[in-house]
Amino acid sequence: MGFYVAQFLTGLASAASLFLVASGLSIIFGVTRIVNFAHGSFFMLGAYLAYTIVQVLPHGILGFWGSVVAAALIVGVIGAAIEVLLLRRIYHAPELFQLVATFGVVLVIQDVTLWIWGAEDLVGPRAPGLDGAVRILGEPIPEYDLALIVIGPAVLAGIWLLFNRTRWGTLVRAATQDREMVGALGVNQSWLFTSVFFVGSALAGLGGAIQIPREAVSLLMDLNVIADAFVVTVIGGMGSVAGAFLAAVLIGELNAFGILVFPQITIVLAFLVMAVVLIVRPWGLLGRPEAPQRGAAGPLEAPLRAATGPAMAFAATVLALLAVLPWIADEFTLVLVGDILVFALFAASLHFIMGTGGMVSFGHAAYFGLGAYGAALVVKHLGAGMELGLLMAPVAAGIGALVFGWFCVRLSGVYLAMLTLAAAQIVWSIAFQWQDVTGGDDGLLGIWPAAWAGSKTVYYYLVLVLSAGGIYTLRRIVHAPFGYTLRAGRDSSLRVDAIGIDLRGHQWMAFTIAGVFAGLAGGLYVFSKGSIFPDTLAIPHSVDALIMVLLGGVQTLAGPVVGAVSFTLLEDWITRFDYWRIIFGAIILAICILAPEGIAGFALRLLPGRLTGRVEESAR
Amino acid sequence: MTVLAVRDLSKSFGGVQAVEALNFDLAAGELLALIGPNGAGKTTCFNMLNGQLRPDEGSVRFLGKELVGQSPRRIWRLGVGRTFQITATFASMTVRENVQMALISHHRRVRAFWARAARLYVDEADALLARVGMADQAERACGILAYGDLKRLELAVALAHGPKLLLMDEPTAGMAPQERIELMALTADIVRERGISVLFTEHDMDVVFAHSNRVMVLNRGHLLAEGTPAQVRNDPIVQEVYLGGGSTFKAEDLSHA
Repeated sequence: MGFYVAQFLTGLASAASLFLVASGLSIIFGVTRIVNFAHGSFFMLGAYLAYTIVQVLPHGILGFWGSVVAAALIVGVIGAAIEVLLLRRIYHAPELFQLVATFGVVLVIQDVTLWIWGAEDLVGPRAPGLDGAVRILGEPIPEYDLALIVIGPAVLAGIWLLFNRTRWGTLVRAATQDREMVGALGVNQSWLFTSVFFVGSALAGLGGAIQIPREAVSLLMDLNVIADAFVVTVIGGMGSVAGAFLAAVLIGELNAFGILVFPQITIVLAFLVMAVVLIVRPWGLLGRPEAPQRGAAGPLEAPLRAATGPAMAFAATVLALLAVLPWIADEFTLVLVGDILVFALFAASLHFIMGTGGMVSFGHAAYFGLGAYGAALVVKHLGAGMELGLLMAPVAAGIGALVFGWFCVRLSGVYLAMLTLAAAQIVWSIAFQWQDVTGGDDGLLGIWPAAWAGSKTVYYYLVLVLSAGGIYTLRRIVHAPFGYTLRAGRDSSLRVDAIGIDLRGHQWMAFTIAGVFAGLAGGLYVFSKGSIFPDTLAIPHSVDALIMVLLGGVQTLAGPVVGAVSFTLLEDWITRFDYWRIIFGAIILAICILAPEGIAGFALRLLPGRLTGRVEESAR
Repeated sequence: MTVLAVRDLSKSFGGVQAVEALNFDLAAGELLALIGPNGAGKTTCFNMLNGQLRPDEGSVRFLGKELVGQSPRRIWRLGVGRTFQITATFASMTVRENVQMALISHHRRVRAFWARAARLYVDEADALLARVGMADQAERACGILAYGDLKRLELAVALAHGPKLLLMDEPTAGMAPQERIELMALTADIVRERGISVLFTEHDMDVVFAHSNRVMVLNRGHLLAEGTPAQVRNDPIVQEVYLGGGSTFKAEDLSHA
């Protein structure tokens, strides 16, 4: 009995920090509609800052808690500064472009942290006066855990008071329900957004700072916590602080007890719960449906045009160049261009559901990875050849997309995005933990092409034909009735329903098609590398794909290809530097601010309409 | 011939009886207006007819087929077209493509993967656009149209599958007075030449009395009155409840005096 009580209390203690991070994320999303990837970075900064400040301040209870509060406040100021300097400039960019910008912030903060504090894990001091343990029912419980159990509800009460007893809180609650109306009532929105960012970031910083007696401070904290924070926010309902608390306790307890019952699938447990919650309550436990936005954010997408003569000539020239490349380039370039082709197909498949279908996937790497693992597993365990492997890749990914897609298309907007993230995390943890079959963290090695395709040149041609063919097929589908219907559903689900179309079924099919092409890309990838690791399925890889699409331009069909080319070249060039993340982050931020319609969109704007086939007519 | 037969249609939300035991018929080629004050149950009634809402009781028969329990998609396939109070169109497509989309669905081609959608049913789409006076704007992006043009486009889209019945929810909402009359005149001409029946709700009494064959007045879920525009206009109960709200107070004032 005592053991279970102890386990329960541990769960509550870990819920405290999770709640602080998630509530900040939730408040920020509620008001600004920004899905803030950098929120995990604020958490990490809070921990590092508290670690440093606690050494400066006089040792003691006051010094410890003083440094915790100071760290939280500094992080709040950093968050507010990022809002003012960066995010404010891109509120009118296409939806979710802010997400890419916040990912740029993640990269910058990672390198700044590395530069200031170094790569070593840092072990913080114990909290003075709370460094012992008390026995409850015979089990030792750390005193600090008990303090955390008190802090969680205390902060919840504080936020409640702030929201319900102050004018500021009333404005935040009003803006969460309808921010345009709040603007129309004459409230200074930029001031409100900045203050919300301050409070939200400070909460994340506080969550990080109170963790220092419990866990080592490391550079991995940001992405580790962000996945959990997303899960908690979504289960609770985006924008609901009480929901975040409820969900944090739920996840905290689930982890505490789950480890006893299913030690193998603890990672996946939280995501499974999230998937179940979203299917039963599509807006989370205490959330509300997203208020419909009045008017589209950002510029209106122009109608599709068939490729013009000059555009086709350009495409033909590029293809011809790619075809003769093995004669003019060295092996290294050939491999790099092969990678670019694979990622272009991957990005195009994401663009298919995201741009054309309006379904943003945060977990598209799952299907790339399923394809790669599908191919690798038949080669490894069934002794099949490359041909069967390449066939298996789209099939495996397609089956995965069919299963997950059935759940995902029931949701929309950011909840759909979160469910795709959950699906990807489930696939990742299976690949990571099912050691016997997938090799776990060690991956699968020795997956090479068949003898006839063994040379770099032949394999390059294989990649060229399948990738270019795949991209062309996707483009044809977008221009075909299937793609038009998908776009129609994105523009107006009401009208699509009123002209006899089963939108959900259509979106499900589109999701599966996107999975199939991502899987093909994954299959091509595994045979070119010879190995596959769980990283391929992880969140950063999904974010890579998102960045490729958004950098290229989500409203342009050529966008994903342009994005994949620039992203891969940039990454290849920049990763040679020590502090490549900060350069990469800065480039992402620069593009977000200077060319919010993406590189391809930006280029199209510069070219005369005669070449692009666009009708010159100022939109609205 | 009766196109639509509604019997004992009822719906309540919690304790509120939004529509109670509504009965009416709609004949072929008839323009029937459904009017009433806000909260009278017009929208609830509409949503039950088009399949968005399931009634608690009652039946809706369209050309002899029961519509209750059918999805909006299925009801559209049976030959019922719809327009919305706030237009619902595809903003990232051209005007012509909006109509082509409806035609593609009508011809059951939405799952075609290779044909170029923009080349399908161009003549049919252009004929529909010409009929509503939008032919010269076929190539324009729908997202930049003036609101009155969007309304006409929506009418063309609603006509694409050759419906036998049009359900129009406040067809002239949000338009300038002159445009309202023109749009309703256009609608009336088209439905007359094609023998389409129309059920529409409307707040603009000029539009209602000028273009409907028959008017039904709803109030708090009940059918208050029904008849030709002239009959309804002169009905003292209708005047009291809806048309001349002021008269209610006058009557009370007199009785108190």
